[in-house]
Amino acid sequence: MKAKIALEDGTILTGRSFTGAGEAVGEIVFNTSMSGYQEVLTDPSYTGQLVTMTYPLIGNYGINDEDMESAAIHPRAFLMREYQAVPSNFRSTSTLADFLKKFAVLGIEGIDTRMLTRIIRNQGAMKAVISTEDLDDDSLIARARQWPGLVGRDMVARVTTQNYYGWTENRPLPGAGFPDQANKKFKVVAFDFGIKYNQLRILSDKGCSVQVVPATTSSEEVLALNPDGIFLSNGPGDPAGVDGVVENIRSLLGKKPIFGICLGHQILGLAYGGSTYKLKFGHRGGNQPVKDIATGKIEITSQNHGFCVDPDSLPDTVETTHINLNDNSLEGMRHTEFPAFSVQYHPEHAPGPHDAMYLFDRFIDLMSTHS
Amino acid sequence: MPKRTDIHKILIIGSGPIIISQACEFDYSGAQAVKALKEEGYEVVLINSNPATIMTDPGLADRTYIEPITPECVIKVIERERPDALLPTLGGQTALNTAIKVAETGILDKYKVEMLAADIAVIKKAEGREEFRDAMNAIGLNVPRSFIVHTLEDAMIAGDDIGFPVIVRPSFTLGGTGGGVAYNRQELRTMCTAGLDLSMNTEVMLERSLLGWKEYELEVMRDKNDNVVIICSIENMDAMGVHTGDSITVAPQQTLSDVEYQDMRDAAIAIIREIGVETGGSNVQFAVNPEDGEMMIIEMNPRVSRSSALASKATGFPIAKIAAKLAVGYTLDEIKNDITRETYASFEPTIDYCVVKIPRWTFEKFPETEDVLSTAMKSVGETMAIGRTFKEAFQKGMRSLETGRAGFGFDGKEAMDDLHQDDLEMGLTKPNSKRVCYLFEAMRRGMSIERMYELSKIDPWYLVNLQQIVDMGTRIQEAGFAGFAADKDFLFEVKQYGFSDVQLAQLTGTSPDDISKLRKDHSIQPVYKLVDTCAAEFESYTPYYYSCYDQENESHPSDKKKIIILGGGPNRIGQGIEFDYCCVHASFALAEIGVESIMVNSNPETVSTDYDTSDRLYFEPLTHEDVLAIIEREQPDGVIVQFGGQTPLNLAGSLNQAGVPIIGTPPDAIDRAEDRKRFQQFLQKLGLRQPENGTVHTLEEALKTTDRIGYPVVMRPSYVLGGRDMRIVYNEQGIRDFMALPTIAGDEHPVLVDKFLKDAIEVDVDAVCDGTMTVLGGIMEHIEEAGIHSGDSACVLPPHTLSPAMIEEISQATRAMAQELGVIGLMNVQYAVKGEDLYILEVNPRASRTVPFVSKATGVPLAKIATKVMMGVSLQELDFTKEVSINHWAVKEAVFPFDRFENVDTLLGPEMKSTGEVMGIDDNLGMALAKAQLAAGQVMPASGTVFISVRHNDKDNVVPVAASLAKQGFSLLATAGTADKLAEHGVSCERVNKISQGRPHILDKLKDGQVQWIINTSSGTRTTEDSYLIRRAALDYHIPYTTTITGAASMALAITALSQQQLAVKTVQEFSSAID
Repeated sequence: MKAKIALEDGTILTGRSFTGAGEAVGEIVFNTSMSGYQEVLTDPSYTGQLVTMTYPLIGNYGINDEDMESAAIHPRAFLMREYQAVPSNFRSTSTLADFLKKFAVLGIEGIDTRMLTRIIRNQGAMKAVISTEDLDDDSLIARARQWPGLVGRDMVARVTTQNYYGWTENRPLPGAGFPDQANKKFKVVAFDFGIKYNQLRILSDKGCSVQVVPATTSSEEVLALNPDGIFLSNGPGDPAGVDGVVENIRSLLGKKPIFGICLGHQILGLAYGGSTYKLKFGHRGGNQPVKDIATGKIEITSQNHGFCVDPDSLPDTVETTHINLNDNSLEGMRHTEFPAFSVQYHPEHAPGPHDAMYLFDRFIDLMSTHS
Repeated sequence: MPKRTDIHKILIIGSGPIIISQACEFDYSGAQAVKALKEEGYEVVLINSNPATIMTDPGLADRTYIEPITPECVIKVIERERPDALLPTLGGQTALNTAIKVAETGILDKYKVEMLAADIAVIKKAEGREEFRDAMNAIGLNVPRSFIVHTLEDAMIAGDDIGFPVIVRPSFTLGGTGGGVAYNRQELRTMCTAGLDLSMNTEVMLERSLLGWKEYELEVMRDKNDNVVIICSIENMDAMGVHTGDSITVAPQQTLSDVEYQDMRDAAIAIIREIGVETGGSNVQFAVNPEDGEMMIIEMNPRVSRSSALASKATGFPIAKIAAKLAVGYTLDEIKNDITRETYASFEPTIDYCVVKIPRWTFEKFPETEDVLSTAMKSVGETMAIGRTFKEAFQKGMRSLETGRAGFGFDGKEAMDDLHQDDLEMGLTKPNSKRVCYLFEAMRRGMSIERMYELSKIDPWYLVNLQQIVDMGTRIQEAGFAGFAADKDFLFEVKQYGFSDVQLAQLTGTSPDDISKLRKDHSIQPVYKLVDTCAAEFESYTPYYYSCYDQENESHPSDKKKIIILGGGPNRIGQGIEFDYCCVHASFALAEIGVESIMVNSNPETVSTDYDTSDRLYFEPLTHEDVLAIIEREQPDGVIVQFGGQTPLNLAGSLNQAGVPIIGTPPDAIDRAEDRKRFQQFLQKLGLRQPENGTVHTLEEALKTTDRIGYPVVMRPSYVLGGRDMRIVYNEQGIRDFMALPTIAGDEHPVLVDKFLKDAIEVDVDAVCDGTMTVLGGIMEHIEEAGIHSGDSACVLPPHTLSPAMIEEISQATRAMAQELGVIGLMNVQYAVKGEDLYILEVNPRASRTVPFVSKATGVPLAKIATKVMMGVSLQELDFTKEVSINHWAVKEAVFPFDRFENVDTLLGPEMKSTGEVMGIDDNLGMALAKAQLAAGQVMPASGTVFISVRHNDKDNVVPVAASLAKQGFSLLATAGTADKLAEHGVSCERVNKISQGRPHILDKLKDGQVQWIINTSSGTRTTEDSYLIRRAALDYHIPYTTTITGAASMALAITALSQQQLAVKTVQEFSSAID
């Protein structure tokens, strides 16, 4: 079924829907990972976005039951050059098309994704509309421009859990309380700003009993649980738009060891008194080189963010621990007085390289020292 | 960390001649490394025996030794140069093995030469089967159950333990020579016997068969700070059981989920660390069970490889160049990415297209051997294609192969309509060079994906994609030309599937021109996208393009003066690195005169497809449609077709007709040299002689013609090149046999019959002409007599037996022909000298295979000069107005792949069989001959027994050779006929039984190691089975052998030289500076 994509700058691309009729509006971004589309789709950080894969062939190995990063698909549309309708992999249980349809997300193929990527690279991530119903260029462009965009909007509220849950046996366990404590050394409260399951899987594997709490859970409530450490998850959108969270996190500083990833890192930055800015087109992919300043070692990282902490805005008590070698942007920081550190990228990978797994060990060490 | 300043002079070992499993990829890697190290200010010393390489160009390394790559020669170079370091990881297995042997002599310690990138312990840990297995177990990775054995008895016990089928892998051999799959005890016995013999350390590994598992490769790089990145993942379309060099491979991997891929990545990183490769690139091969994802490590190469060259071309990341910089101490984050200029080498390339590599085989050259692919590599070249989808890339790859195919089927070629279903299934089951054709046929017949998978073990993902091409073909057939005319989107979609105009014409019963015109009416043209290492995330500056059918075009031609150079496509026997060398030189020459160069080629192994070589690079098939599209986009001032061998020449006609400006010798002159009638008239006009000849269509005509001109005659079909099906025929039966050959009898093309000039000396001349002046680049006298393909014979420059008068006559004739033809650029002439008479065999107004050899021997860059001449610069202006006379001897020797092909005879003939060449250069002719032999891998006995058995015609000629050998103290052994002849002339020798005369016979002697050299000539057919068995035994037992008298005489000369003087090494720069 014919589909049109209109960008706010007036660009029109034509493709085909392989998931039937539909429409979607959002911020159009690209991801350069060559594998891992299922993890990308189920990453809550993509909420409100239309995701283009730069690798042209998508669907090759199907969808399986294990590689879920949350319970649902979060982008509003998924774009590629050529959809692979017949998957081949021993773990595959369904096709990508069926998976998208199940969550009513548009799948689009047949577009010049490289052209789209180049436009986004040059013009920045843009507002866009995709439709199989409205094929009128002017109308589509107008609708793309009307969409309010992600800047300053609280997207976390849309994805954060409403209720406490624990993580055990590789899946969520509804309800309050730290699960499986007998076998775990540390109790960790994880703020869900749009958390990826692999963060929970790894924390659990490393000996943490994890209690996941809604984004707006107050510091008092958290401290009342008496955790050994606090984990701030990734999440979608503009950190500056997230209501009431920054203050809350600030009041936790110095109380317990804190580890933040992605949006969690940005929120920490704001809590330290710093500011964030929007990157032109973000970092989304599995090949971003990051240097650990202390060791000089380079790790190839998985990334997915459109906003970034401004290192110049941070107080002297915060030191830069990691930088991006492509654009020198801030990738990691550490508070010198409080036990708190964070990274902009995704050490939990999924999808992407495993190079940064050591950061979870660093969190464990931090909790050990402070317990 | 900055580069090291404690080392100044670095020795690099090249890979030597082009052989199966070691081709131009090592010239590409080596040339990159030499450039990179020089850029950093190091003094680079190079040893490589292959004159056709760019890396041995005198201007590239500081000191270049075109000397045999043997431990002895490398030691001599070390003694002479006293380098600070040795870099052994750029010259393939040859360099690694040689480096190990050199290190073991203690010479490196003695002169404090440091081994860079990988030291001897690392190499042994990666290459020694047992050490590698233990290393993998130490880091918790699985390798297939295996046993290392050193004796046949142990092999049989191990085989029973593992269970059949068993994979047999001899250690330390090239491209898996001698390896294979043994399905039973008997096969195991045969393979292990051969394998133990081939292995450098008499070691064979037997391992669990993973037939049918999926195969992968990862290219890994590490720097001295232990930063590790993966450059590229490659998935083999052919399942385990087919050597990766013989597999169709795809980049990036297609059928692993990220979870599985990242596990593989972790394993690759752990392996490079455990093996301890300090810096540089390595290649790790994996097998994955399609049923449950179980992963096994197959092997690791601690060096750049064929796959790393492919990965470099597939991603735009120059692995060898970066490896060289890492070796001298840089870290990945200190090296800029050339392509983006902004980012650093410390990242992992991500690509937004699909790359397909397809091997090129030449089984047709070795009809005695079965067309079966297994764990020992057989292909002689490869092509790479880039597309936005697998389907597009695959179809482009099929038409890049230079096998006359226009894509995946639908081109009216290799039809299998009559094939029995059982044979079809066998074609799918048993891997072979035509399996793609069998797949097409199976799909056309509607075989299910499940069944095809069951038979071929090719992953269903590939089968489904290929099936989609076939289904689309059917749709096109149904819609017809009218379907395209009515539906522009349909035509666009079809082009996105990679269909060529030739296929569409075939499918719609129209002509390619009709399709092309319709496309133009619909504005459906290919667009060009960039290979940029980053999937467009960053702006890139390197103009490396591929075509596809998509919305946006990224190729923006300049308005400078520019020339397109058409390359040679995949390597095959008859067309290899020599032509790529010429294309690269054309590019360099254009740069020197300020003209933009644009390269078109499809061979990933080459220097020509390095994005650094030309101003712009199009990685595209060399077909009329693909090339014309580039020409239309670029609007060049001219196109060079005479440097890339037969491939671009074949396009010259149709491009010329399309109005493309072809520079250099006009196409009509080419036709005049190629058309038999016109050529005859041409020679008559000049008063030059050619062997008597005729053109025949039937057996009767053939017999009549031979009656006229007399036996022996050379017979060949008129439509093929490279000597395919060419034969020397001695009698009427031979004529009858030839005319009855299926390829001849069933063809409407005429057969050419030439008088064969027995015992004539063949001479090759390369010359350059600017239209008014002709200068000879070199005159090469062949060692083997006329009748042996020029590509297969050894030759000497300058001529060693021709009289000054004859040399003058040759020069005159060459000038006259060049002038008369109106050659602008290069010309090659093949002459035969019989007694006092000079005959013209062939004139080719284009670059020949010998151009690089001549250039290296004389120090004159012929191809560059020719390029400038083609651009209108006169020889006068170039200050190249007279022949160079050299004070040394240069000998070219050919290198053959016989040991790769079972049942193949090693006799030389008019059909070319060699894959590569080496050069021996010395002040003494005998020593130059000896060096050429050593470089070609020939072991020369200093003493011992020579077995002589020659055909009747050679009996007189062999006497002086035998006498000279006897004088040198060799014992002679001969069968009755030869022994009688020798006795007649007072040369004494021991007699030995022919095989038919009962044991002990000659084979027993050979097997017992009682013979050190075999001189055996034969009338050219296998009728004399004895003689064939002797030659094959020589090959199997590594006994030096010579199959011509002239070859034997020159070998005797070489042995004498070696016994009289020390072999000394000298740089080409020194040889050149001695030329006046």
